[in-house]
Amino acid sequence: MAAEKYETHEYDVIVIGAGGAGLRAAVEASAQGCRTALVCKSLLGKAHTVMAEGGIAAAMGNVYPEDNWKVHFRDTMRGGKLLNNWRMAQIHAQEAPDRVLELEEWGALFDRTKEGLILQRDFGGHRYARLAHVGDRTGLEMIRTLQQHAVHRGIDVYMECNLQRLLLDSGRISGAFGYWRESGKFILFKCKAAVLATGGGGKAWKVTSNSWEYTGDGVTLALDVGADLMDMEFIQFHPTGMVWPPSVRGILVTEGVRGDGGTLKNNKNERFMFNYIPEFFRAETAETEKEADAWYEDKRNNRRTPDLLPRDEVARAINSEVKAGRGTPHGGVFLDIASRRPGDYIQRRLPSMYHQFKELADVDITKDPMEVGPTCHYAMGGVRVDADSTATTVPGLFAAGEVAAGLHGANRLGGNSLSDLLVFGRRAGLYAAEYVRNQPGSVKVDNEQVDSYAKELLAPFDSKGGENPYTVHSELQDCMQDLVGIIRTEAELRKALVVIGQLKERSLKLRVEGNRHYNPGWHLALDLHSLLTFAEAATIAAIERKESRGGHTRDDYPNTDARFAKVNIVVRRNDGTLSITQEPLPEMPDELKTLVEEKK
Amino acid sequence: MAGQQVHMRVWRGDASGGDFKDYRIAAGEGMVVLDVIHAIQAQQANDLAVRWNCKAGKCGSCSAEVNGKPRLMCMTRMNTFEPGETITVSPMKTFPIIKDLVTDVSYNFEKAKQVPAFRPKPKEPDGTRRMFQEDIDRVQEFHKCIECFLCQNVCHVIRDHKENKPSFAGPRLFVRYAALEMHPLDSNDRVDLVKQKAGIGFCNITKCCTEVCPEHIHITDNAIIPLKERVVDRYFDPLAKVLKLFSSKNK
Repeated sequence: MAAEKYETHEYDVIVIGAGGAGLRAAVEASAQGCRTALVCKSLLGKAHTVMAEGGIAAAMGNVYPEDNWKVHFRDTMRGGKLLNNWRMAQIHAQEAPDRVLELEEWGALFDRTKEGLILQRDFGGHRYARLAHVGDRTGLEMIRTLQQHAVHRGIDVYMECNLQRLLLDSGRISGAFGYWRESGKFILFKCKAAVLATGGGGKAWKVTSNSWEYTGDGVTLALDVGADLMDMEFIQFHPTGMVWPPSVRGILVTEGVRGDGGTLKNNKNERFMFNYIPEFFRAETAETEKEADAWYEDKRNNRRTPDLLPRDEVARAINSEVKAGRGTPHGGVFLDIASRRPGDYIQRRLPSMYHQFKELADVDITKDPMEVGPTCHYAMGGVRVDADSTATTVPGLFAAGEVAAGLHGANRLGGNSLSDLLVFGRRAGLYAAEYVRNQPGSVKVDNEQVDSYAKELLAPFDSKGGENPYTVHSELQDCMQDLVGIIRTEAELRKALVVIGQLKERSLKLRVEGNRHYNPGWHLALDLHSLLTFAEAATIAAIERKESRGGHTRDDYPNTDARFAKVNIVVRRNDGTLSITQEPLPEMPDELKTLVEEKK
Repeated sequence: MAGQQVHMRVWRGDASGGDFKDYRIAAGEGMVVLDVIHAIQAQQANDLAVRWNCKAGKCGSCSAEVNGKPRLMCMTRMNTFEPGETITVSPMKTFPIIKDLVTDVSYNFEKAKQVPAFRPKPKEPDGTRRMFQEDIDRVQEFHKCIECFLCQNVCHVIRDHKENKPSFAGPRLFVRYAALEMHPLDSNDRVDLVKQKAGIGFCNITKCCTEVCPEHIHITDNAIIPLKERVVDRYFDPLAKVLKLFSSKNK
């Protein structure tokens, strides 16, 4: 039999990606009785979730009893500039506390309040201290807890295994095909359902907090089998990445620095965020330094510091300060906690930031300010999903976490990512299991199709061209950084499309040295397909949205436009080319509208 | 050292053998060893195999031996070496080679599968789980582990005696056992396993693991020695045996 040429495994559900969403999905699918495989590109426990620092947003009310899901829902919707899928935002706010408590049941140890409950920290755009955390290494705690729980459940894990194609049987998911990174040999999964939990595509930009894994795989796998993408124009540039030395540019500096009292300053020692409070957030933001500083201790009588406006606002403000010549020597702004909090407090609350700056930049953050600037961090857009079930538009295909679109609208609030992974990771596993239960019989894999995929994946070894995959990748990063960055214009976006087109051509002529045995050059050559797809989808969506909103700022359309407030930009593949449509947002029920419209 | 030429000796090969290969390449300001390895990969050896993820000391993927010292490559600054010094990068010695700087660390994942799961006690009457910060500080130190496996790599018990691997879990896993044993909510018991299957008796407290830990976890003092004490209390202390009659778990 032709298929037996390849190592073949059969499962009910395969989960692609083993960060927070993938692990949580696999745990759930397995708990539902499904034969479940977890497939990941790195070793288990190294996925992007491990780098998350600040915390998990969940309205548990441990610090402020007046917090509840309605306030969290409101903050999330307003942070997303009301472009969020309201139902996802509602489910997320309602279920996040249970998901956090569940981690505690599985052994996680969050920092505690004086009463012995889970401590919650302030973060941008959140009305109350809401982030369950462990110092500044919350992601590590979360991934380790989930990883160990998954291992104890006996879930089969395929590490350093890269799935490159999804397979269909009569329009439904029937499997996936890829390779082992170690041996370079192919591997075929037959399955009834697949969960995408692959994260974003930030590695298409040059200054990024994202690792090598962030190549837009899930978005591309989904698009290649006919699923819809949505909101691809919204890319979050985190306001505070390291800027110096050049080799560390882009590495994340947690928003927890500001949550714990740090403030942004320009080279005139001004707390410039007071000059950038948008009308939309004016009623809930402090106007004076005195009020802002008092807010940390007393939220009932003071309004939130503008240092903790949503990330899109802060990133744009930093960009403007630097452009106006008020930046630091290395082209960032100052982030100062040293002059505002005692050294031992900083070391206790932000140990890994202390360590990171000390080791990589020779800066002692308990004595001196940090230099920070925006870094590509997160894709709000991705695969379009059903709000309740995480089902994509392809039967049997589900998506959760960063790869899915909808929850965060035009801009994600800090802390809402880790909670997203837990809430929708669980739902993906649950609904994938339900889907499988309704699919009696077995699935078929088209062997000829698999053979042709195998041939495609080996093509770089036979190429007559001389293109170096690292060079093509680096040029794509320059293009996206310069032309599809924080501030965009039609002319630059169109230029980017031309460059992406040229790079696609060149990517057909990649040359790979060596053999299939653990060969990063070959792996990158294959990942370029998804990087370029992600970049193209983000760029065409950015051209279509002729307004500024959240993580999409157009210099040629600097204001929000009511016409675009009602639509998502949807990307599909038709006959090989990407097409764009504007589709109406789901209508929010009136009682939720009332919540969102509250000014304070 | 902006734009300075550096001389790197990088181990290239696979399970069947290999050797050091010399590379000369420009190193930019602030670069770490991993940056230079990536530059070699992009410009001179596209198929050079190396693991990495976060590039900020948080994921524990890029462990290697730099000038013979076990290090995370992403946290080893080039300016810590003398100008003109040849920098040698080799894979971790304790684990089988896959290719170049990538080793087969599956030993650690297999040992992790043998750890009995966390099993929480019942909740408080009000449905909460109350723990106080001072009671979890010690365990949170253990939870800082990024699983770089450098402690496993330097541990003499398995570095010099590969035959011990089946009967020894290694420092990383002792940190994990300690984290579970000292977890205020856990009700499982792993002391017998720590003595028998995990082989804690092999450890003769040379503290090599503690010295290389990039997270500065006091592996020997805070994890291994307390575990050894628990084993001693259970197996060799007659008084403890009597006391055990009165308490089901010696926590």
